[in-house]
Amino acid sequence: MPALRRKSVPVWTVNSAIVILIAALWPISSAFDKYMDNYVLDVLIRMGFAIILAVSLNLINGITGQFSLGHAGFMAIGAYTGGVLLKHYQNDLVGMILPVAFVGVTVLGGITAAMVGLVVGIPTLRLRGDYLAIATLGFGEIIRVVLNQIESIGSFEVGGSAGLHDIPHIANFFWSGAWAIVCVVVIARLVYSAKGKPFFAVREDEIAAGAMGIDTTNYKVAAFVIGAFFAGVAGVLSATLSGNLDPGDFNFVKSIEIVVMVVLGGSGSITGSILAAILLTYLPEQLRSFQDWRLVIYALLLIVMMLVRPEGLLGNRELWRVRRTRVASDAANRGLAV
Amino acid sequence: MHDFLQQLINGLSIGAVYALIALGYTMVYGVLRLINFAHGDVYMVGAVIAYELAKRMYATQSPLWISMPILFAGAIAGCGALGFAIEFLCYRPLRHRPRLVALITAIGVSLLLENLFQNRLVFGATPRNLPELLTITPTLKLWVGSSAEPVIVTNLDLISFGLCIAMMAGLTWFVLRTRMGLALRAVSFRVDTASLMGINTNRVISMTFVLGSALAAVAGVVNALRYQQVDPLMGLIPGIKAFVAAVLGGIGSIPGALLGGLLMGLVETLLKGYLPAHYNSYSDAAAFVVLILILLVRPSGLLGKPSLEKV
Repeated sequence: MPALRRKSVPVWTVNSAIVILIAALWPISSAFDKYMDNYVLDVLIRMGFAIILAVSLNLINGITGQFSLGHAGFMAIGAYTGGVLLKHYQNDLVGMILPVAFVGVTVLGGITAAMVGLVVGIPTLRLRGDYLAIATLGFGEIIRVVLNQIESIGSFEVGGSAGLHDIPHIANFFWSGAWAIVCVVVIARLVYSAKGKPFFAVREDEIAAGAMGIDTTNYKVAAFVIGAFFAGVAGVLSATLSGNLDPGDFNFVKSIEIVVMVVLGGSGSITGSILAAILLTYLPEQLRSFQDWRLVIYALLLIVMMLVRPEGLLGNRELWRVRRTRVASDAANRGLAV
Repeated sequence: MHDFLQQLINGLSIGAVYALIALGYTMVYGVLRLINFAHGDVYMVGAVIAYELAKRMYATQSPLWISMPILFAGAIAGCGALGFAIEFLCYRPLRHRPRLVALITAIGVSLLLENLFQNRLVFGATPRNLPELLTITPTLKLWVGSSAEPVIVTNLDLISFGLCIAMMAGLTWFVLRTRMGLALRAVSFRVDTASLMGINTNRVISMTFVLGSALAAVAGVVNALRYQQVDPLMGLIPGIKAFVAAVLGGIGSIPGALLGGLLMGLVETLLKGYLPAHYNSYSDAAAFVVLILILLVRPSGLLGKPSLEKV
């Protein structure tokens, strides 16, 4: 899939463009803070979170083909790591230390989630298909039940079933946008590089991939760990947006919401996940007046999607090469990998 | 000793219900290799139908020997129809698609049922209390050893366990002794070949769903009578526990579902009985720990046959 090769743009220009884009988000974000309606801004920020969650789950579910239903669990790990630390040290974090410390805490939240992902992934990724789905669902629920029980660790308040409140509000458009860009760039660079081919190979046929000398377990665990990392990052960000955490927020339904984004956008298509994340954050806001029917519509959307177009909006194509690879990937597009 | 025996009785009573639900999972998995995520919600629908009927029965003051059969028959009919509809509308068009597509659809159906029933126009999100049609009373009192307190077996324990055994016996007879049961076994062995042998596989699969849903309906009514409370999300945890039970016993195996269900019930009550009250919610997590352990140690379950990997 020679996407970047065709354009033959030097890598450093792409890299600097990305850096400039992230840097430009800072002034844009402060302008948004000043002039934009709070509600609209909130939706925009949550779109960023949704993009991080959907793209990172896509790496696991779509690109590597390991159907996971536990993404909310990893998000919870990150959210609680970040929330607990930021709340505990909030009086020490002032002025210029704050952004630096926030990056540190966000990365730490991601790393904690990634480590849990490693611990969860090594045993469960031996399972396939539906069994893996149930096992990851189980781990997600275990994480939630455990968080429900922990009131505090040492002098750090965790909150237990009452939830954790008054976490400092830090996340804004800049953090959300910057992390979304980082997440998309890292994952796209990874899977569309030469080193990323095995991810697709594992999805297409695990046995054949193994026979070709690919260490399939290694790649599955890698996808799981990287996906968990970004889920943790999204967790930290969302904790500092609302300022409140409740173990119930990270239940099975939350995981399903992310799965719906991946499936709707097209399993294996990063741009598809981005589109679906934006769409599925925007739509519920428009459906506010149908609040009671919102989840019914979600469920119907999922079923109808599976019945008429199981490959999702974009299948496993990317937006930037829809036309070029249509014929080649049609065969692969007839359904999801098993 | 007394406490332990009492826990055992309670465990078997709850486990019998898990076994009934697990049978549905196991049968559907047997023929379609699909985890029917919506099965726990079919159980919920059974309980809701029981609630609606019980309300009317209570209003008319029907005697128990009329109201109970009507409750069970109504729930069985309703859930059977629902099971048929789910299979016909959602799973049948996906028969030849990859299994994950069907799995995602199953999750969708589950979400649809849960949220549909949470809607105010259908049922509402708040739990409702079942009128006390059946007063739970001790029917058997067993004095064990020197303990002053008897071990109590309630009428509901008897109903629950009795129904479970009766259903199991009926199902075993059906699967092993009837032509349709033979067809069912053939389909679960291999669908394509069964179809070549002149078996109407669609009919067999539909019937499997109807049967499984009927069993879930019975479980739903029993638990509605037990907890006397019905809510749209009540199927989630029992559904998952019953699924774990099916995997524990060996998914696809009917005696395995019974064994797994009873074991899950025992694990749950013993954990609840012997852990401090504060840790009660860990018993829900325990189900998943059990599941993950089995999947890792013996994925084919206690009574299942190990399957080979084919290319």
